[in-house]
This record gives sequence, C-alpha cells and structure tokens, in this order.
Amino acid sequence: MQYLLLIYDQESQWGKLSEAEQGKMYQEYGDFTQSITKSGHYIGGNQLHPVAKATTVRVRDGKKLITDGPFAETKEQLGGYYMVEAKDLDDAVAIASRIPSARFGSIEVRPIVAREAPRP
Amino acid sequence: MTIEQIYREESGRILATLIRLLGDFDLAEEAVQEAFSAAVEHWPREGVPANPRAWLVSAGRNKAVDLLRRRARFEAKRDELARLSALAEEVSETPEESMLNDDRLRLIFTCCHPALAREAQVPLTLRTLCGLSTEEIARAFLVPLPTMAQRLVRAKQKIRDAGIPYRVPADEELTERLETVLLVVYLVFNEGYNATSGDVLVRRELCGEAIRLGRLLHKLMPEAAEAEALLALMLLHDSRRDARASASGEIVLLEEQDRSRWHWEQIHEGLELTERALGRGARGPYALQAAIAALHAQAKRPEETDWHQIAALYELLMREQPSPVVELNRAVAVAMGSGAAEGLRLLDALEERGELKGYYLLPAARGDLLRRMGSWKAAEGAFADALLLVVNDAERRFLERRVAEMKGRIGG
Repeated sequence: MQYLLLIYDQESQWGKLSEAEQGKMYQEYGDFTQSITKSGHYIGGNQLHPVAKATTVRVRDGKKLITDGPFAETKEQLGGYYMVEAKDLDDAVAIASRIPSARFGSIEVRPIVAREAPRP
Repeated sequence: MTIEQIYREESGRILATLIRLLGDFDLAEEAVQEAFSAAVEHWPREGVPANPRAWLVSAGRNKAVDLLRRRARFEAKRDELARLSALAEEVSETPEESMLNDDRLRLIFTCCHPALAREAQVPLTLRTLCGLSTEEIARAFLVPLPTMAQRLVRAKQKIRDAGIPYRVPADEELTERLETVLLVVYLVFNEGYNATSGDVLVRRELCGEAIRLGRLLHKLMPEAAEAEALLALMLLHDSRRDARASASGEIVLLEEQDRSRWHWEQIHEGLELTERALGRGARGPYALQAAIAALHAQAKRPEETDWHQIAALYELLMREQPSPVVELNRAVAVAMGSGAAEGLRLLDALEERGELKGYYLLPAARGDLLRRMGSWKAAEGAFADALLLVVNDAERRFLERRVAEMKGRIGG
C-alpha cells in the first residue's frame, strides 16, 4: 500500500534554531531519507517552503479567486511530506515515527486511494 | 450440540479465521452467515459432522469463493480474481485448534488497534470476537442502533482502507499494544459490571464475554503477567455478582453481602491467578487491583478484612495510575484500618483540591465515615449532599435509605 506521510510542525520554531542545529536537522533528514530508500519504502518526498509563500486558489462561478497564505490557519503547519510504499499501517507508522520532526511536531499518515491501472 | 449452541460457541472463531483468509471483514461475515445457513439445511438431513468447526470453515470459504466469483464476473475486478486463486491454495488446510486461536488473537489486536477510536474498538471487539449482534451492542451501550451500526461500518472501512494489519504485533511493540487490548477487555467488563442502567441480562453477558476474552488472552499469551492479572481481577469481581444486589435490585455493600452467595470456585481460580501474576512480577494496575480484590475475597467475615494491606496497595496503585478516585478508595481503606478520623483528614485534603467536585461518591464516603463515628447529623448532611449529585437510580435509593436511617438515629 502507498501512504502519504504529512509532516506538521511549528514553522516559528525552525527559525529559532541556530545554524548548527538546523544543519544537524538536515543531516538527520538526509540519513532518514537514505535509510528508507535503501529499505525500498521511499517513493518520493519534499520539504515545503513556509506558509508565508503559500497561495490559495479557488474557482467560484467560473471566476478564479487567488489569495495569499494557506487554506487554513493552524497551530502546526504542513512543512513537508514523504510518499512511501509500506506493507500495512503498522509498517507506515513505524516509518513515520522515525521522521525527525515526529519528536516535536506530528506526522499524519494518510493511505493513498488505490486505483487499478488503466487497461491497455 | 445444536446448531444454535455451535453458533454461539464457534461463530467468533470461524469469523476470525475467515477474516484472515479473506482479508475482508464484510465478506467474512457474509460467508459465516452463509455457512450456517448451509448447516441448517444439511445437518438435519445428513447429521452433524464429526468436526463441525472444520465443516463450517470450509463451507464459509467455499461460499466466499462463490461470492467473489460472482462479483468478479460482474465487476471484472482483477484483484478479486487474484485473491480468489490465492484462496484456493488455502482451501486444503484443515483448521486446527491452534490455528483458530491464533486467528482470534490476531483479530483482537486488529480490533483494538490504536489507530481506531476507542468508541469503535470496544463494539468491534464485541461484534467480531464475541459474536454479539449490533443490536445487542447498541442496547448495552445505550446508543441508537443506526449510530452503532455506522460506527462499526466506519471502523471496518478504516481497517480496510488504512491497511490495519491482522497480526500480533512484533515483540518490541507488544507490551504497548497489549495494554490497549487489556484496556478494551476491561472496559467491556466494567460496562457490564458498573451497570449505570440498561438491560441486566445484556450487562451480565458483557461481563461473561470480557472474562472469555480474558481467558483467551491468558491462554494464548501465558507469559503476559498483566493479562493474567486482568483475568484474575475480573473473576474476583464477577464472583460477587449474585450478592451485590438484592432481589429487588437494591445495592448491597461489600460488608453487608451474604458471602455464601459469592461464587467460590471462581474466587479460588481468581486467587490462584492473582498469586501467580504477582509472583511473576506483575505490578501494573490490574495486578494491584486484583490483589485488593483478593484480600476482600479472603476475609471470611467483613471485620477480618486486612485494611492496612489494602490501603498500602491503593498507595502503590496511586503511584502506578494516579487518579482522585483511587485516592478516594485509599482514604476509605485508611479509615477502615486506622480509624475514621484519619480517613476524614484524607477526604478533606482531596476535597480541597477540587478534582472530585460533583462526584457523588466523595460526599457519600464522607457520610459513611461520619456514620461510623456516630456523627448522625453530619452524616445525614453528607448523604444529602451526595443525593444532589447522584444519577443512577439504585444509588439514589441507597442514599435515600441512608438519609432516613440517619434521621432515625438523630430522632432516637
């Protein structure tokens, strides 16, 4: 099964880290990504720019509405994601719990809807 | 054995095995129903088979294959067909006792998976492992039938779509996951034992089912001392079921119970299990509560109760599982062991902290200690305070009796 692991944490905390601490964090993420790539779980993943760079788009009555900022203000913000292949939820949770941000933020584990491959 | 008896005894096990084989709750439930319909049709004519369980599992499996085949034809679904061929490979297996038990153990960990809401874990366990109908569960929890049905449907959908596995967790997770399972079993038991209202028979059945699950866990995980302690605790509490209420449904307090009406065989089993669990180092909440229940059970007469040791156990329990209710129980045990005045001092401290504000047992306990000291007037006041907070009818009637009793004392 495929799962999307959504990484939520407080952006404001990131800014408070020293350069050395940020470097350590990136190192941890690097090691983690490498390890789940090696184990065959990794499908994809990215860090996202902060919500200050977010733009929300809605189309109403055929009219495009564009606003600055995220869809909803929340205490923790979506800061990145991994897409993984896992045997089952326990497997996905085990991976999610190793994401460095799990120690201070939260990881939402969302199963991806399986669609049959289009027939040739 | 009649088909009804076999259904009661075996449907849960057969369902557990079919869920593993089919990987689908709904399909498995349908297959169990069909297997039993087939039994109703064939057995009266051909006689009950030598191994009814094996017959039912293979009938259920064949029915499921039919169902899948029909669906596959209509929906042309490839994964269903793939599952079908995988299933055919399993058809040759004969269900051994140990395999069926392993299936039930797997299933209980699935039903009590922490990714499911607690309000779904409990009914799902009762539905799939104990074979209670959705209607029975709804009645037991005083929830409208459609609400309960929807809760079960959602839980099953989440198991399927989120990929919650049918598996006993790996060793490094087992302790944590077992805690949830034990809690669910204990919640089922308490729902039956602390009847706040509802059907007496259904509630007794909940206690019985919880004990059955407790036995299953203990049998399948004999090395888990906390599971053993939970079984002991439930057996000891349940042994008093016939003595704790009068024929007219009035509450009979522990010290006023007719101890000859306790179920002594169950008590002996509970005592033995408690001793073994403690001997193997169990010191968790179930073990401590079982030890307390064991001390009560060992007293031939109420005045022989070892209150000092009970108070000490409550103190350990407070460390293990801090809660004002445990503290209240400890205060009462101290009062019984070292005198009511000492207990009242503890109750005062508890009251000052305000955590139990609005909980009727706090003034009720105070009233009881004052009664023991012969302070009739003050006791009456405390029982009257408790009456303002109580919700359960039987408890209300009990408090009203106490108030009347105190009035009589004051008058006389």
